[in-house]
Amino acid sequence: MRQFRALVGREWADMLRNRLVFYVVIFVPVLMVALPIIMLFVSGRVPINPQDLQEMERTLSSPIFAGMNTVEAMQAVMASNMMVLFLMMPLMVPVTIAAYSIVGEKVTHSLEPLLATPITTTRLLLAKGLAAAVPGIGMTWLCYGVFLIAARFLSASERVFAVFVDPMWLVAMFILAPLLTVAAVMVGIIVSSRVSDPRAAEQLGSLIILPLMVLFIGMVAGFIQFNSGTFVFAAIGAALGDVVLTYLGVKLFQRETILTRWK
Amino acid sequence: MIRTEGLCKVFLGNGKAGKEVRAVDGLNLEVQQGEVFGFLGPNGAGKTTTVRMLTCLIGPSAGRAWVNDLEVGKADLAIQAQVGILTESPGLYDRLSARYNLEFFAAMYGVKDVKGQVEKYLRLLDLWDRRDSEAGTFSKGMKQKLAIARALLHEPPVVFLDEPTAALDPEAAKTVRDFIETLRGQGRTIFLCTHNLDEAERLCERIGVFRQRLIAVDTPDALRRQLFGRQTVVHLAAPAATGEIESLATSVRALPFVQRVELLAPADAQGGGRLVIALDDPALRNPAIVQALVNQGAQIQFVNEMKHSLEDVYLSLMNNGAESTPGGAQ
Repeated sequence: MRQFRALVGREWADMLRNRLVFYVVIFVPVLMVALPIIMLFVSGRVPINPQDLQEMERTLSSPIFAGMNTVEAMQAVMASNMMVLFLMMPLMVPVTIAAYSIVGEKVTHSLEPLLATPITTTRLLLAKGLAAAVPGIGMTWLCYGVFLIAARFLSASERVFAVFVDPMWLVAMFILAPLLTVAAVMVGIIVSSRVSDPRAAEQLGSLIILPLMVLFIGMVAGFIQFNSGTFVFAAIGAALGDVVLTYLGVKLFQRETILTRWK
Repeated sequence: MIRTEGLCKVFLGNGKAGKEVRAVDGLNLEVQQGEVFGFLGPNGAGKTTTVRMLTCLIGPSAGRAWVNDLEVGKADLAIQAQVGILTESPGLYDRLSARYNLEFFAAMYGVKDVKGQVEKYLRLLDLWDRRDSEAGTFSKGMKQKLAIARALLHEPPVVFLDEPTAALDPEAAKTVRDFIETLRGQGRTIFLCTHNLDEAERLCERIGVFRQRLIAVDTPDALRRQLFGRQTVVHLAAPAATGEIESLATSVRALPFVQRVELLAPADAQGGGRLVIALDDPALRNPAIVQALVNQGAQIQFVNEMKHSLEDVYLSLMNNGAESTPGGAQ
């Protein structure tokens, strides 16, 4: 346990001093919390085009928008769409940290002394994974909290605010987001274990965001509608993915290859 | 303390054109407790691979090895807890302070008195005043000292030092070497990989010359004796005509214990030539040689035993390669 604490603490201490990683950890969440707040603010103040209203009809058929006037509906729909960004945050932040966690140490030659300490591969990867996941999850929840505070003041009505604390979003934030984070971390570690350049590791790791981007575009375009069931289903899928990715992460972490093949 | 039996490491090649690389081939070695053992070999000889196998960083392809009576591959975590390793590159966390670097590794090794041990080694290695500076701001020598401190924090009975003075300037190298010297006599077994022959000569009780296979293993003096025998050099005073020296050599050759006599040019302008006499025991035989030469009218400047450098030993072993196996290796 002491090793675990030391390793997580060291990862964070190093991360705070790594400007590139630090800025990603700060910049991405700031951007992602700003966008829904701006949407909330703007959509409550701009006139609504009748054509937009027609396009929104299908979206407004969802029971959570029931009984809303056009301004409320516009606010709720636009801000909800942007809230999907909160699900990208636990992917982007940990991937960056995880990508540096193995390959970064190899590049700075600190991995060999670390691997020479009496720590198992599983424990090492779990500690590194936790060190990468906690900031991602923490930032997601913090941003969701900041958004809720802003929404409290900017929402046109209680009905609009209720959309943002709907069980669907609670499932998304408190179950799906952590599970996605674990997946992102393991992808970051797997990529980081197999690639010998930190930037390549980060770029490859970032590909994990693509499926969620497709969902986001589908939602904004009106092809996909999220509800509690969707998120529960996604959470089950993410949990299964986590198990597979964690197994692969431990299996693919080859100390010998990392130490002897990387230059 | 360290024992290997037929230890091998084969790396499989990459891709279609890749071929097997036999980095270590049947290493049989025994290093005693408290011994400073020098592991000499050229770049790419397999020294680092051997250290990595003995510190359980990579697994052997064949053979067995024991460190502190624990078998590699069967008690890896226990071995890692009992060995300290100085890797080729210091491998420090450059953005973290010297103190944090050591505290982190102390925790990883399960050191009980983290603060005390960290302070002890930072003071021992003259880094205490820079304890809160980022390791990245340190000079190469300071980084190497910090890495040595890291290797010793948990007071391991076995220490592996892989090229501890490589890439250091002479002053920093001396500081590191002096510190390694202080480790002698503390009961630790030190396995020193180096191709710095002076360093090996100064620090090591025995050396192993290695290139994929162990070519020779013994004390430096024993290896010299085995390769070159023992030789007395008699420096004659000038002037001495060539014929005179030849007659002196003949008188020495007549002595029953003399194996061979060579004539060499004077070492300097004041000298009158040198006789290099191969024999079994200079300390025992020199008085008789001096007596014989003086009886022949020789004027002797001084007499010394010819000592071949470890470089001569090393190069001779490397050139002879597998054919020569002094010291009973392989």
